[in-house]
Amino acid sequence: MGFKDYCFRKSLWVFHFGGASCNNCDIEILDCLTPRHDLERFGILLVGSIRHADVLLVNGSINRRDKDRLLELYHQAPKPLLVVAIGACGCTGGIFAEGYTFAGPVDKIIPVDAYIPGCPPTPEAIIAGIVKLAGKK
Amino acid sequence: MSRKTLIPIGPYHPLQEEPELFKLYCDGEIVTDIKWETGYNHRGIEKLSESKSYDQVFFLVERICGICSTSHPFAFANAVEEIAGIEITDRTKYIRSIIGELERIHSHLLWVGLAGHFLGYNTVFMWAWKYREPVLDLFEMITGNRNSYAMFKVGGVRRDIENSNIPAIRKEMSVMRKKLDLLTGAVMDDPVIHARTKGVGILTRQDILDYGAVGPTARASGVDIDVRRDDPYAAYPLVNWKVITARAGDVFAKLEVRLLEMYESVSIIEQCIDALEKMKEGDIALKINEIPAGIGTGRAEAPRGEVFHFVVSDGSNSPARHKIRAPSYTNIATFKKSCIGQTIADATISLAAVDPCYCCTERMAAVYDNSSGKKILNANELIELSMKRTAELRKSGARHE
Repeated sequence: MGFKDYCFRKSLWVFHFGGASCNNCDIEILDCLTPRHDLERFGILLVGSIRHADVLLVNGSINRRDKDRLLELYHQAPKPLLVVAIGACGCTGGIFAEGYTFAGPVDKIIPVDAYIPGCPPTPEAIIAGIVKLAGKK
Repeated sequence: MSRKTLIPIGPYHPLQEEPELFKLYCDGEIVTDIKWETGYNHRGIEKLSESKSYDQVFFLVERICGICSTSHPFAFANAVEEIAGIEITDRTKYIRSIIGELERIHSHLLWVGLAGHFLGYNTVFMWAWKYREPVLDLFEMITGNRNSYAMFKVGGVRRDIENSNIPAIRKEMSVMRKKLDLLTGAVMDDPVIHARTKGVGILTRQDILDYGAVGPTARASGVDIDVRRDDPYAAYPLVNWKVITARAGDVFAKLEVRLLEMYESVSIIEQCIDALEKMKEGDIALKINEIPAGIGTGRAEAPRGEVFHFVVSDGSNSPARHKIRAPSYTNIATFKKSCIGQTIADATISLAAVDPCYCCTERMAAVYDNSSGKKILNANELIELSMKRTAELRKSGARHE
């Protein structure tokens, strides 16, 4: 078991960064925590500070104003850190990629460990993505 | 001794799912001033819209906001249909209204949940969001996606609501009414919610008129406006329903208006599916060959208030200009009235009470000086102006004597 696996073998705490998004992915992430899906039973908890987080969820296209703040958050986070790009905008920029404020998809700015495509991805897809990531050896 | 402090909320705060920055200036525990900063969510949608064809713009405008992702296509469809002079079929009208009202139910439930969360009442949060799930299931059944339904197009809708789907909708609506009874009863009778929301964040009728607030925020202060009734569109003039208003203007009144509005939505949906059943299936879209040159305005009542789309067509395949005004744009300004003078703890729920939606709001705005009517320029424009002047001088060969 490597150091990274050791860090991620128990409860994953996630921090959510909503970039310039349409809110759908944010709502679906929150939806994962509510009774139907109830991610908290696996110890996955949404935390208020990046300094407590194991996973950084990034959704939405990143505009020029968000870019520096995303970088700053990434640098503040304790390592090792898993970064998950959620939704079409997080993965590629989606429909907003041609916009004048677009500053590049998430993986142009910080290294990304997993991509969960969809507009928006269903809560099931988000859970499947996180589980795959946690089980990655 | 009191100390003046600045409390920032955001831009990436665990309380908010969207990025925005509030600066609460506090004297002790009392909020004395509030400022907010947006722009974290600006995507340049109006400009993008000019590069897309009329069919594609629908996919773009429904991604302005994921929660009210029908109201923007609704208003855009109304605007384009005004330019082209299209009268849509009755079946289309009913289908559009059903989607619009389902969205209102899910959006209001979402707000009730979030309001509970902001009050530290996570039971309400979990409860309301559990009730919201079956509505999303209905959306998945009708449109194929839980959010961003892609239902609208110019002159009609993309998918029909088949008769085989109607019993499931009817059943869910009757169940929804019982759920709403439970939720409303529990929320309205709860002494803690009363204590936290009554008399908090009061907006008077005059405040609403001054700031031009719309939607449930205005209706909770006794301003009786609703685009569905005042500027009828889709099937709203064809069914029976009433506009819900309250007088108090505090957070509790807004809660009350939203809870009661959901009953009206359920009733509208039931009447619409009754009408749908009597019609022939499949008559859902008109063939539109071209959009003539012209100017069109479209309004729609989103869960948060009036959405306004202004479209200029030059007869080509895509809009020449597309201006969007979302309800939160005016509603957010009421924070200046509702939050100042309150404690910090109450400011949070007052901020949440108008159901602010920042991804809707993030449009470019030009500021005009009120007294002279002149446009106030930003830094880039000033630099551009200065460069232009230099270029002109150079061309004319002017020299400093």
